[in-house]
Amino acid sequence: MRRVFLSEYLVLWLSLVYFAALAPFTPGFASWSNFQTILAYLLPLLVVAVGLTLVLIIGGIDLSVTSIIALASVVGGKIMSSEEGWLAGHALAVPAGLMAMLLVGVGIGMINGFAVTTCRIPAFIATLTTMMFVSGLAIWFTLSRKIGGLPPSFVMLGQKLWIAAVITGVATWLAHVTLARTLFGRWLYAIGHNAKAALVSGVPTARVTFATYVLCGLFAGLASILFTAGLETGNPEMARDNLLDVVGAVVIGGTSLYGGRGRVVGTVFGVLFLALVDNSLNLLGLNFYTVTMVKGGVILAAALLDAMRNKFLARG
Amino acid sequence: MIEFRNIEKSFFGVNVLKGVSFTVPPGQTVGLVGENGAGKSTLMNILGGNLPPTAGEMFLNGQPYAPASPRAAENARVAFIHQELNLFGNLSIAENIFIRGFPRKFPWVPWIDQRTIRVRTRQLLEEVQLARSPDTLVEQLSAGERQLVEIAKALALDARLIIFDEPTTSLTSRETDRLFAIMARLRERGIAMIYITHYLAHVQQLCDRIVVLRDGQVVGAGEKAELPIERMISLMVGREITQLFPARNTKPEAEIALDVRGISQPGIARNLTFQLRRGEILGVSGLMGSGRSELARILFGLDPCATGEIVLNGQSLVGLSPRERIQRGLAFLTEDRRAEGLCLEAAIADNAVLVSLPQFARGAVRLVDRNRCRSAVDKIREAVKLTASARSEQPVKTLSGGNQQKVVLAKWLLNEPKVFILDEPTRGIDVGAKYEVYRLINELVARGAAVLMISSEVEELVGMCDRILVMRRGEIRDTVSPHEFDRERILRAALHDGSIA
Repeated sequence: MRRVFLSEYLVLWLSLVYFAALAPFTPGFASWSNFQTILAYLLPLLVVAVGLTLVLIIGGIDLSVTSIIALASVVGGKIMSSEEGWLAGHALAVPAGLMAMLLVGVGIGMINGFAVTTCRIPAFIATLTTMMFVSGLAIWFTLSRKIGGLPPSFVMLGQKLWIAAVITGVATWLAHVTLARTLFGRWLYAIGHNAKAALVSGVPTARVTFATYVLCGLFAGLASILFTAGLETGNPEMARDNLLDVVGAVVIGGTSLYGGRGRVVGTVFGVLFLALVDNSLNLLGLNFYTVTMVKGGVILAAALLDAMRNKFLARG
Repeated sequence: MIEFRNIEKSFFGVNVLKGVSFTVPPGQTVGLVGENGAGKSTLMNILGGNLPPTAGEMFLNGQPYAPASPRAAENARVAFIHQELNLFGNLSIAENIFIRGFPRKFPWVPWIDQRTIRVRTRQLLEEVQLARSPDTLVEQLSAGERQLVEIAKALALDARLIIFDEPTTSLTSRETDRLFAIMARLRERGIAMIYITHYLAHVQQLCDRIVVLRDGQVVGAGEKAELPIERMISLMVGREITQLFPARNTKPEAEIALDVRGISQPGIARNLTFQLRRGEILGVSGLMGSGRSELARILFGLDPCATGEIVLNGQSLVGLSPRERIQRGLAFLTEDRRAEGLCLEAAIADNAVLVSLPQFARGAVRLVDRNRCRSAVDKIREAVKLTASARSEQPVKTLSGGNQQKVVLAKWLLNEPKVFILDEPTRGIDVGAKYEVYRLINELVARGAAVLMISSEVEELVGMCDRILVMRRGEIRDTVSPHEFDRERILRAALHDGSIA
């Protein structure tokens, strides 16, 4: 019991227990088609969450990730759509669209990184304001309309689950290796633990912090590709309600909001757990608001559990 | 007054205190000495209600005393003056003193009676001889003045027992004298005191009785006459220490390692010029605020300098980031180990390799070679003689001060620095660990490195350095060579700061 409680895989065990406990009472929870539904919900969310994990590890926060997803979604749509796209029907429409969507993420990540490092604005305020500005921009850009008619070769990326799974898997694995094995990853933890000590020890803290926000933006751009392709529309309100899901999932996965602690594997489990909760509650016929309330409770419980664990670990 | 009877405490199954018993009689001052990790802090945490003892009892004026919280200890009129002061910088002196409970104008309305507070604070400040208005913000006070506010706070409690935990670490010698005068007055008023410090001469000067702790046990207790400094030291470390400074067999070479020419920064440094040769240990002496730490930060590129030239082995350092200076062979052990030296929550190994990490990263993606890292950590651990009981994966915060400092040294030594700037390298660490730090410094200069050693302990500089720069108000006022080391001044300093301090 104690070993399970203190294990890094605790959230995975919880997910399995949750699944086993609810499967008998929830019609269709354990079916193959529902498994695909869960996966379709989980994959794009995981990509954003992984990017956010990096930012949380250095002790920062990025509230603009969902607005990046929305803006990238409409920018991509505006380029690729066969109805109103700038490159409609062009052979390079899809590559250009994909590139533009990723660049939106990188660009906004650069703004965040610049604000946090050079201007020394607290990350919460910096990314809150970019979030407000960028989500407004996305809506203004399309006059609040959705963009349809996306090319089939693009839509495939999200609709064919195995492709989405491969993209997500590769991105997640790359983030994991970066964090666990590279110099850059070690520097992230050092900055999260003590940015001053890291600076004195020769870590280029400003450059690393900047790069982290850019990476987080890039992951959000990639997530936007999966979201947009999956739903076959460029939507200026894409992922609007997912921000706290993402933050919650990362925290459930054991990443500390104070920085210095967290792993990509934990985030994978956190997203899995949240996806299971969300899916099962929907299957049980609860409405959106009830689901939100329960998810809030689950995240709170996870935070409490983590606090208890830390106290326990500190006592030994 | 207070009696400890067979106090035991264990953490993680390790006994930190093994049946500690001693008494502090009313109106007497007891010096509590011991190396870091001897159990002093744990014992005081039990006394202050931060930790419950595993076994044993305490008696306050004959009554059983078992505080459940710091608040309970205060209610029993037991007050602490901590090493890291527990004051709120953003509040005024008066607010800090009455933070436990403000007097109200009307009993049932939470309206603070500012007048009473001010009048009462003024009386208290007079008692501790602090000439400041009660409305002064604490952040505007010097370290010494804050200490006096802490004492005033204890007096406001009408404390019967006051515990001083390393109160002089950040004080100038003048402030220290003033503190001691006030402590003498408190003793006359019948207040019992426990005085914890590494400055053994202070213990001899101030205390009536002395208790020596080692490995969680009382290994010596008695009147101060029975425990002269040498006796205390040998009891503390469990063996006779014959020398405080290890011998060095190498001499400075002719080649200049660091050439500093005319560094100036308005209000901080004025025309600082000196040269540091290979194999030399150059001391920097001066009071806090004399610009000695600021000099180190400028040399390392953490603070700006308006004019001047810094040349390391022929290469100019001006305009380079700390990282680029490290790559050129500079190292910097900061004054504040917890704030800037270590990632306390991170593992020993991660801290130890932090500086040299780029050397262990290969290829375009800079993959860290974990095996090489591990063996480097194992090797450097041995070199700095880090306690063998600590695992490399353990968080640094679980180590004692001396071992934490060894981790900081390990981190820099792994990078084989050519010029090492040490700011207060032995602050807050015990005798044994100090000796190890000195030994490591000597080994480093024997390998041809140069060391700039900043310290407030003159004894230490005289024992270690080839030359000493004396700074005052951002200027180098004097350079003392070995044959000029003034013995009388050293003796006087020894009387004030302790022969092992």
